[in-house]
Parts: sequence; structure tokens; C-alpha cells
Amino acid sequence: MNELEPDYDTEGVVKKFMFVNRKAPYGTIYALEILETVLISAAFDQDVSVVFMDDGVFQIKKGQDTKAINVKNFSPTYRALEGYDVEKLFVERESMEARGLAVDDFVVPVEVLSAEELGGLMDQQDVIITG
Amino acid sequence: MKLGIMVNEGPFTHQASDSAYLFASAAIEKGHQVLRVFFYYDGVNNANRLSEPQSDDRNLVRLWSELGKEHGIELIVCVAAGLRRGMKEELLADGFTISGLGQLIEAGIAADRLVVFGD
Repeated sequence: MNELEPDYDTEGVVKKFMFVNRKAPYGTIYALEILETVLISAAFDQDVSVVFMDDGVFQIKKGQDTKAINVKNFSPTYRALEGYDVEKLFVERESMEARGLAVDDFVVPVEVLSAEELGGLMDQQDVIITG
Repeated sequence: MKLGIMVNEGPFTHQASDSAYLFASAAIEKGHQVLRVFFYYDGVNNANRLSEPQSDDRNLVRLWSELGKEHGIELIVCVAAGLRRGMKEELLADGFTISGLGQLIEAGIAADRLVVFGD
């Protein structure tokens, strides 16, 4: 234990955590590793939401097949989020439409918000973690 | 103000670690408290004691070690991200500790602000 211990009085504190996914699922590790963080956050009983924007919208696209690039297809993990009570999933409308995607292209149910609406939601958060 | 810091990129390749270090130093100088620095993604490489930049360059690993020691800041290397990249106990510079992602979430809960550095 160290001198900072008293500052970690987190008992009963519930904050709004938002995880913002902005990267394509493959090509870099950001999408996979931020997902690990989302899953851990669920154990802390916080108010968690997850956003998919920019190329991050591809993370939850149906029908991913990664065999040819020798990387694990981790998209089924997003479907497990519900079991961790992580149910607030948002997609930015502009990012989705610019990539020719629609709400039924995703492996999980999401709420589609405009950039402006999403900005308002971000403004309400206590902690924003990006990947 | 109590601050948590997340460093998401390795040293030298990317500016993020430098920016985080300079931010932490400036915040402390202004009287704020940095509770914890959490190193994630390639950020775990900031803890590598074998890092040996040229002598006329800044040594980020050492700078983090010194800042941690001087101000009692926890320097936490994510175990999962570290294992992938071979960043294990025997490679850690002074002051760094390997621990879980829960430490990041806890920092987010305990700190007034969690500041993220990276792309």
C-alpha cells in the first residue's frame, strides 16, 4: 500500500464512462484492445457507453471474415457486451452513411446519432477513453 | 485537481508519451496531483529499462521513472498489453508496476480528470 491509497475511495462512485471506437477493426490493434477495456469496465458497475465512429463503424459490421489476413475475427465479442450489461451502443450517423452502411448491417443493436447529438452525449460524460 | 493519465503509444515513434510526460510535469508544477499513469497499447514500451536512446536525446523511460519516484505517482503497465509485446517484470524500469486494466478504470473513477494521450 502506498501514500496515495486514501485517494482511491471509489466505493459506490458511479461515473459515466464512454469508449470511443474510431479505428477499423483490423490493420491496427486499437479496436481489439479497447474492447478488452470495455469488458473490464463492466466489472466496476459504471455507467458505460460505447461509440462507433469514423472507420470504427466497421468494427461491428456483419459478415467479417479474417482468414486471409491471419488475424482473429473478434467481432462476435461485441455480441457478448449485452451479457456484461453494456447496452448503450451508439453509431455516428455521418460515419455510417459515408461508408455506405445502414443500421441493419451491424452485429449488435445500436442507436444511431448525428455528430451533433453525439457531441451532446460526450459533453455529459465523466470519462472518455478513445481507441 | 486529481489527474489520471493514459499513455497509448510507445516512446520515440510517437509524440504521445512526450506530451503526456510534459503535461504531467506541468500539472504537478501547478499544484495538481497525478494519481496514476496507465500505459496501454504500445505505451507499455515506455517502461522498457533496456531502452537506450542516443546521449543527446531525451530518455523517456528514465524521465517517467524519475517523475514517478519524485512525486509518488503510480506507473502502471497493462499486463495484457504487456504480455503481447514481451513487456514483463524483468524488463521494467524503476518505478513501473505491471497490473490489470482495472487500474485504468479505477483511475477514471478516482481522478477528477482522466487525460488520454495517443491517436
